[in-house]
Amino acid sequence: MLQGTLIYGFINSVVLMLVALGFSVTFGISGVANFAYGALYVMAGYLSWLGLHSLGLPYWLAAPGAVAITAGVAAMIYWFILLRVRGLVVSEVIATFGMGLAILELFRYLGFIGFEYTLPPLIDASVMIGDTYVDAQRLCIVGAGILLAAFLWFFTHYTKTGLAFRGIAQDERTALTLGINADKVAAWSVAFGAGYAALAALVILPLGTIAVNEGYNVLVNALAVCIVGGLGSTVGIIVASFLIGFAQILTATYLETSWMMLVSLVAILAILVIKPSGLFGHQKQLEERI
Amino acid sequence: MAQRKERIDRGIKVRSDDVFALTSWREMAYLAFPRVVPVVLLFLLGAVASIYWERVLVTTCMFALLAISWDILASAGMVSLGQALFFGVGAYIAGTLNHYFGISPWLTIPIATLGGGVVCTLVLLPVLRLRGIYFAMVTMILPLMIERVIEATKIFGGTEGISGLNTLGNVHTEFLVAAVMVWVVLFSFRRMMSTDYGLLLKGINDNDRAVMSAGMNIYYYKAQALFLSSAVGAFAGAFMTHAYQFVGMPVFALDYSIIPIASVAVGGAGTLAGPMLGSFILVPLSELLRGLGGLRVVIYAVILVVCTVGLPEGIFHYLSRKYNQFERWVKVER
Amino acid sequence: MSEKTILQAQDLSKNFGGVKAVDGVSFSLRRNEVLGVIGPNGSGKTTLANLITGFVKPSRGKVIFDGKNITGMAPYKVADLGIARSFQMVKPFYQLPAFKNLNVALLSPRLRRLSGGRFGDRDAMAKDLLEEVGFERDSWVITHQAASLPHGYLKRLELAKCMALQPEIIVLDELFSGLSLAEVASMVPVIEKLVAQGKTLVMIEHRLKELFRIADRVIVLNFGQKIAEGVPAEVMEDPQVRGAYLGSEAEE
Ligand SMILES: Nc1ncnc2c1ncn2[C@@H]1O[C@H](COP(=O)(O)OP(=O)(O)O)[C@@H](O)[C@H]1O
Ligand SMILES: [Mg+2]
Repeated sequence: MLQGTLIYGFINSVVLMLVALGFSVTFGISGVANFAYGALYVMAGYLSWLGLHSLGLPYWLAAPGAVAITAGVAAMIYWFILLRVRGLVVSEVIATFGMGLAILELFRYLGFIGFEYTLPPLIDASVMIGDTYVDAQRLCIVGAGILLAAFLWFFTHYTKTGLAFRGIAQDERTALTLGINADKVAAWSVAFGAGYAALAALVILPLGTIAVNEGYNVLVNALAVCIVGGLGSTVGIIVASFLIGFAQILTATYLETSWMMLVSLVAILAILVIKPSGLFGHQKQLEERI
Repeated sequence: MAQRKERIDRGIKVRSDDVFALTSWREMAYLAFPRVVPVVLLFLLGAVASIYWERVLVTTCMFALLAISWDILASAGMVSLGQALFFGVGAYIAGTLNHYFGISPWLTIPIATLGGGVVCTLVLLPVLRLRGIYFAMVTMILPLMIERVIEATKIFGGTEGISGLNTLGNVHTEFLVAAVMVWVVLFSFRRMMSTDYGLLLKGINDNDRAVMSAGMNIYYYKAQALFLSSAVGAFAGAFMTHAYQFVGMPVFALDYSIIPIASVAVGGAGTLAGPMLGSFILVPLSELLRGLGGLRVVIYAVILVVCTVGLPEGIFHYLSRKYNQFERWVKVER
Repeated sequence: MSEKTILQAQDLSKNFGGVKAVDGVSFSLRRNEVLGVIGPNGSGKTTLANLITGFVKPSRGKVIFDGKNITGMAPYKVADLGIARSFQMVKPFYQLPAFKNLNVALLSPRLRRLSGGRFGDRDAMAKDLLEEVGFERDSWVITHQAASLPHGYLKRLELAKCMALQPEIIVLDELFSGLSLAEVASMVPVIEKLVAQGKTLVMIEHRLKELFRIADRVIVLNFGQKIAEGVPAEVMEDPQVRGAYLGSEAEE
């Protein structure tokens, strides 16, 4: 029992981390809060389903294709919509929110509802860890989570684009003078975050069906993790995912599965009271620069 | 020879911005016209409309209130993505008071208005300290989460909700209350926003540091704005609860967040009247589009994006400019 | 602490990450004194102003105002006690007409207390203040949207906002920067009048010539540290100051 709880708590935490990573990365780099995030996540799922079933593509084509298209759509949202309202926080938020809603509800309208909308697992098997059954897909999730988090760290510390990302994140104006195109970097960051969402979708969605409402759930979870961990802080995301992830599984094991959402809600309310900017968030102090 | 449009304020605007020095019937009529006509029009519409459309008007008024409530918050620099929170809290307070304690709607609605204001303000109080998108994030997820929590814990009727609540009376009574309320709220808050208190709220939005360095506790004022706004939203929720005779999870649905924002985007933020105008365009329109089913939300969302990006000014600003200024083409030398 | 001391900073320090923006700065200010703060760009002058007025919490050190420890106090409380400040980056309330900008400041609880709970006509008070700082009365500028005011007027508006609070101390952060010689010349008398009225001033300034006319005493910052203090003429003789300050002046 305890062992199972630990294993599933760990897996659940990684799921939350995967889901929140992309949102946080985009925000951390360019300050864009992409409220279309959940929609992009679900879109990646449907796209690869369409690739597999309507076009009959093999998995190794359909899945990367879906990731690429999702990232492309995100970049286009930035380039054609967000760029026009850049700097107006209200408009940015509303525009991404509206785009996400349009995408999700369009899928619903087009009838993408049902049990047939499932993605195949990467490996269809299950293993015993101690005396707990774990299907291989969940192990894939853990693998993907670790890989993606590690890649993010490597990318932002050792590649030129990644360093440009960090440059912009730290000081946009200085970065501009160094010849970094802030708009391009921001577009990349939105695409990058969406790519992460798509990858997360590909490994997580095989556990269930692809559903429109999943888009809202993902956004809620991503925001919850970011609020608790602190916006834009990768360490915060990881810590918060594990806090909420384990708390949820403990609730599910010892109380009731349906109470899991209550845990996130309580976590958010508690963190708002104790440390409003999140565990690792650096809330912008009211300071004047230069 | 190139041309350019020249705009000149009509005289009365220039003479005084606050207290009107009325000198002639013409000027009074000029000022009264855009205020009186819509008021009369709404009551006339209510009088001639069929029962079905009268209900639509009632709903429209409530969405207008939600949109106004959004705009009050935004004036003080808080962007909400979750008017459904205010709406839902008001709805549940009124619904439970009526169902469990048998209190009359004429009492539950005022109680829910104040109580909803207090509850929402307390819940969001910690977020007031944060700038930027935090407020939007928190307000967006709270209603969605509360919905889930009600589903899980089965409190207040759980997924079934509570039905069989008392009504205020017939549709005509409801319409009268709704219409009177919407005008009272609109005019009193517009008045408030043009007093120095309103300026202060706008000042917080423009530059919170400067307000603070004038020795004012901006969180205190933001909390007041939050209370006013959430009370208005809670009123709408409480009212609709009794109109539908039902309260349940749908009161926290995204519709109650998205339509008000879309109304603001269409009507134009910062005027309170603009958002109301937006609701009066969008809600009846959506009634006409009922046949489209799920596509309606898509259309809303697209309108939202298009208006936010392409029409940042909104219809109301445009109309008010046309009304308050002369426009003419003048030649300019190249 | 002498009778006349009104403000005292003890060992004030602030680190931003690894940067020591302000590093162990101490000074004290007598009532009705004008203290100049100079130093090259990035030497921590603005941060010092932020530390005094509560916008930044110090990593170390104390601020004592009128015998009261105000270290780390919220900015609005500091302002309420009577320390007004101007901002280097002027940002008016864009949506409001120029004089209504002052109405916001005139609503402050401090003024209500000082006036015994009675408010006069705030619009009139605002216009009086604007006239004092050099807006022409009844000109379009006063009723114009603050967003469209020229820079010189924004700076004056900034000063008027400070004066509106009827403070004991005014901290002015580079009030003269970006102004023409003529504009500065017209602002100097306004400031001299404030001094004559018994206000205490902290002036962060790059315009040394004007500053030295007004200031009684000057402190010099470099890399967050106080490297000199004294009457203006004396300070400028200091070789360390010449090195730090004039060295960077040449770069600009
Ligand atoms: N909010 C902040 N976050 C990080 N570093 C800051 C911040 N404010 C100022 N600094 C740094 O502190 C140093 C001093 O800045 P500042 O006080 O603005 O100098 P000055 O006003 O003398 O030009 C600079 O190196 C600046 O980059
Ligand atoms: Mg400075």
